[in-house]
Amino acid sequence: MDNLLEIKGLRVSYHTYQGEVQSVRGVDLEIGQEESVALVGESGCGKSVTGKSILRLIQAPGEILPGSQITFDGRDVLSLSKKELRAYRGGQASIIFQDALAALNPTMTVGRQIMENLLYHRKIGKREARAEAIRLLGEVGIPNPEKRVDQYPHEFSGGMRQRVMIAIAFACQPQLLIADEPTTALDVTIQAQIIKLLKQLQRENHTSILMITHDLGVVASIAQRIFVMYSGVIVERGSSDDIFYRPRHPYTRALLQAVPRMDQEGKQELNSIEGTPPDLIAPPEGCPFASRCKYAMPVCARLAPEVTDFGGGHRCACWLYHEMAPRVAELNDPDAAPAGEEVGQ
Amino acid sequence: MSEHNTPLIQVKHLKKYFPAGRKEVVKAIDDISFDIYERETVGLVGESGCGKTTTGRINLVLYDKTDGQVLYRGQDVHQMSRAERYRFKKNAQIVFQDPYSSLDPRMTVADIIGEGIDVHHLAANKRERLEKIYSYLRAVGLNESHASRFVHEFSGGQRQRIGIARALAVEPEFIMLDEPISALDVSIQAQVVNLLIRLQREKGLTYLFVAHDLAMVKHISDRIVVMYLGTVVETAASDALYGKPMHPYTQSLIAAVPIPDPEKERRRSEETIQGEATIAGATQGCRFRTRCKYATEACAREMPSLREVEPGHFVACHNLDQVGR
Repeated sequence: MDNLLEIKGLRVSYHTYQGEVQSVRGVDLEIGQEESVALVGESGCGKSVTGKSILRLIQAPGEILPGSQITFDGRDVLSLSKKELRAYRGGQASIIFQDALAALNPTMTVGRQIMENLLYHRKIGKREARAEAIRLLGEVGIPNPEKRVDQYPHEFSGGMRQRVMIAIAFACQPQLLIADEPTTALDVTIQAQIIKLLKQLQRENHTSILMITHDLGVVASIAQRIFVMYSGVIVERGSSDDIFYRPRHPYTRALLQAVPRMDQEGKQELNSIEGTPPDLIAPPEGCPFASRCKYAMPVCARLAPEVTDFGGGHRCACWLYHEMAPRVAELNDPDAAPAGEEVGQ
Repeated sequence: MSEHNTPLIQVKHLKKYFPAGRKEVVKAIDDISFDIYERETVGLVGESGCGKTTTGRINLVLYDKTDGQVLYRGQDVHQMSRAERYRFKKNAQIVFQDPYSSLDPRMTVADIIGEGIDVHHLAANKRERLEKIYSYLRAVGLNESHASRFVHEFSGGQRQRIGIARALAVEPEFIMLDEPISALDVSIQAQVVNLLIRLQREKGLTYLFVAHDLAMVKHISDRIVVMYLGTVVETAASDALYGKPMHPYTQSLIAAVPIPDPEKERRRSEETIQGEATIAGATQGCRFRTRCKYATEACAREMPSLREVEPGHFVACHNLDQVGR
């Protein structure tokens, strides 16, 4: 099966007064047809920059560096002409953002914002577009769409605004939806509604989704495959089960153990990850996680780790799996995965 | 924690109405009561706009109240004389949600932490002051070299540590933690929460932990108060509340929290709570009834009051027999 999207060696830098911030430092990622893929990481790891690069939304002082490759449905995204790019954005691939209020135009009714997309990409008249906008608003679960279509974004609640964003994104039945932290600003009950809606629309429209988030809980409910990103590189990738039940990279493991869980009792200390991520103006030569990793060896600080393949698409960039490295029992034993593990003091 | 007998803080029938337009009022807090005992952590949870932060701020007299009482060691915090309030403000401190806007960008870290020490005359001389500042910096996992720096030089997690050090500097008994970790990354959240738990053990602090992240609240709290649109719908010990939530709102709130475990997520029902929390149209009766699948006529007529259903477990619902467990 051909992949819908393929990213190879993506590098993105921001040119600032302090120097070149290397946000994304060689990311490979691919998304299949109708697949849900999650890109997980903490703020500043480059996950949103990766998402925006797919739609070529990187603006100066940012730059997608030469040598990067993004292929969408067999076409080279980075060499699209202006006209092709406009057809691609919003037509074949859409994006929704965390802050729907900032992403929507405050001076336009939501109806016109949905129609804008329809009129540009589809050959339909204004009246038809308006009817379609109302239908879309109803489909994303906004009550009274006939009335709401003429209202402005400030008249909607946070959850409803996100629904409007989703209506715009799905207006032209895109093949790919990039969802950049779509539920982070929302309350949990609303978050559950939005996730459910995204899954439903994905089924109906046969859309692939790239979910960008820091919330592992959200990921567990929606993603088939997961990419874990740290300091501009993918440190581990695999199926959802691989990442949650058989995490290999010390960062993935630590991240899973740092999250408190409702299905565990008692008040214990969480396993925290000490320290902070490295400065991307001068990224470390070796593994970026080495300074915070409790298993770090001398080689980790000097050389970027080789990728070890565990089969079934589960890959991890870590020196601990090199044949010369000492075996760490808790990392190699799939039964000692954190999902069922008692979080100790 | 069994040694508590008298509560440190008692919130009694507290109300806070904000004027909205000429005739309208928004009942941000409508008759809530709960206690906070010494050395415990009470988690105050609810969705945005439910009044949890307002409640916390009224407790610290950062807001005035409309009606009701907040007692600190039996004394009404809103009826204190200047001298009493000065003492109260030394005993009760706050850590804010936003570590960016809650620290003065023009002050050094030493001055931010030292301000409380100066106001309450906790250091005899400059040397003692500086030593205190250093010791609080160390207590929150920073070091002496950070003292002369400005806030913009720190990351979000470090700033939150500075905010905690500032609160600790006046040697308080009680700290209100107003969403102290929601602006932080997952790995940093764990650092700050561990720090808070450790400080509580070492210094015998009492916490009111206001948050919307239910998993983290469960993790840190001994008891939990669940609020919905200005009312308390359920309060219980942490494990009891999560193990056996009784109010329909609490149940759906807990059901909505995603679990970082794909197996469990697959088995979970897809049922989500409908609608959104809105204060309009809920002037009478139970405020949750517009979203509640068990709602009856009685719910529209009368606001249910908190009843003790099991020892220490209070629920405000008319239809507890119908509500599935």
